[in-house]
Amino acid sequence: MLESAASGLRLLGERVIDGIVRLGYGSRFFVLVLLRSATSFRRFQLTLREIYFAGVLSLVIIIVSGVFVGMVLGLQGYDTLQRYGSSESVGSLVALSLVRELGPVVAALLFAGRAGSAITAEIGLMKATEQLQAMEMMAVDPIARVVGPRFWGGVLSMPLLAALFSIVGIFGGYLVVVVTIGVDSGAWWSQMQSAVDFRDDIVNGVIKSFVFGVAVTAIAVFEGYDAPPTAEGVSHATTRTVVTSSLAILGLDFVLTAFMFMGD
Amino acid sequence: MHPENLVELKDLFFGFGDRPIFSGLNLAIPKGKVVAIMGGSGSGKTTLLRLISGQLRPQGGKVKVRGRLVPDMNQRELYGLRRRMGFLFQFGALFTDMTVFDNVAFPLREHTDLPESMIRDLVLMKLHAVGLRNAAGKMPAELSGGQARRVALARATVMDPMLIMYDEPFAGLDPISLSVTGNLIRKLNDALGATSILVTHDVHESLLIVDYVYFLSAGGVVAQGTPDEIRATETPFVHQFVHGDIDGPVPFHYPGPSIREDLALESRGA
Repeated sequence: MLESAASGLRLLGERVIDGIVRLGYGSRFFVLVLLRSATSFRRFQLTLREIYFAGVLSLVIIIVSGVFVGMVLGLQGYDTLQRYGSSESVGSLVALSLVRELGPVVAALLFAGRAGSAITAEIGLMKATEQLQAMEMMAVDPIARVVGPRFWGGVLSMPLLAALFSIVGIFGGYLVVVVTIGVDSGAWWSQMQSAVDFRDDIVNGVIKSFVFGVAVTAIAVFEGYDAPPTAEGVSHATTRTVVTSSLAILGLDFVLTAFMFMGD
Repeated sequence: MHPENLVELKDLFFGFGDRPIFSGLNLAIPKGKVVAIMGGSGSGKTTLLRLISGQLRPQGGKVKVRGRLVPDMNQRELYGLRRRMGFLFQFGALFTDMTVFDNVAFPLREHTDLPESMIRDLVLMKLHAVGLRNAAGKMPAELSGGQARRVALARATVMDPMLIMYDEPFAGLDPISLSVTGNLIRKLNDALGATSILVTHDVHESLLIVDYVYFLSAGGVVAQGTPDEIRATETPFVHQFVHGDIDGPVPFHYPGPSIREDLALESRGA
């Protein structure tokens, strides 16, 4: 009895220590990536290429999802608000939901699944096929040459994707609420204009998406770089990227929201 | 350090965890020569290359390249040294997202400010030397294993290194690719005035092209000599290795209880 409790405790301790070691290792890696970022900006075409792979190629999923989320928001918002006779306010509801929350969060979740997993798999496979080692043997630092541009490519893409998500979402809502249901177009836009504040809503939304971008790509590059160089190792790392970064997005979102919107 | 030696290992100790790989290894690679390091799988051949190139640090002893201690170098000095080294990985390790041309051009573009026209000439010359100039536009996935390794050889030599290291250059090649690769290694070494270290267990191919051979086993050098001396040697280990005898000092069976014990033949017989 005492024996099994002790071994359970030991196992728990082991897991916790492993987790902390990994967290420390990941943080050191993150700092290293930041310190060796000069290449990503001095040779910006390397980063541009990654913006294309992480950002441009994510456009389809971001735009399609954005339109649908906006349409659903419009429908639900109208359905609820018209009971209180304030269906004109649906424009501000759609815009605020998207700009403050759904834009950054949903775009980041989609980005983690679409681009984060690809970054992890690519770096992990480069490691498994000794490409990173080959680079190091050619006196080229793989953290500066491979990891840095992918990290910054993702970080720079994320706010743009989130903004795009919000914009097409607002148009999706417009399609449903104004074009189909027939709410007055002037009311839709003017309500939105007066409700959405640049500093409080838009800037905070952009800050959120920037933080999510850092979190997702930092996790993605670390998992790839740290993956055991086997097929199994890379597949586990890819899964971990999606799971960990999704949880990180949701956790960070709560913290950021608490700071941003509950302060006053 | 002997001025004639490019690489010297003295009293080298190294192990992974509690599994010792080298215990007191001594070995020297003279300038301008092609030297083969042979030994069975797991004898630490690849580890040796990683120690020389500074990817691993020894737990004891000295690793010297051009008279300088490799483990004492910081990253900058190490990268400076590696610019003058070529390293051929077992499976080539080509960058799969770049064409053959861009792969070979990679070290030049990273380390030099040469104009693109000159890079083009240099790369095509190197590719010509390995017979793959006309494959410059292909992706690595379109090449056979032997061709990929030749591209990797062109990439490893594009900076005209003083030291070229080959990790199992003959593994998995057909007989034609085998002699092509063997010839290339010798020719490139002599044309560049470089020094080459060849880690291999292909005895016959390497004895044809190398100047000197070291045999590794049990953490140290068990035999060494020129190819002729190796062929004539009576050392049981080398004899087994050169002639491919199934049993000898290197047993066929994984160590453990004998089959008689496992199948309980003793007790049944009794």
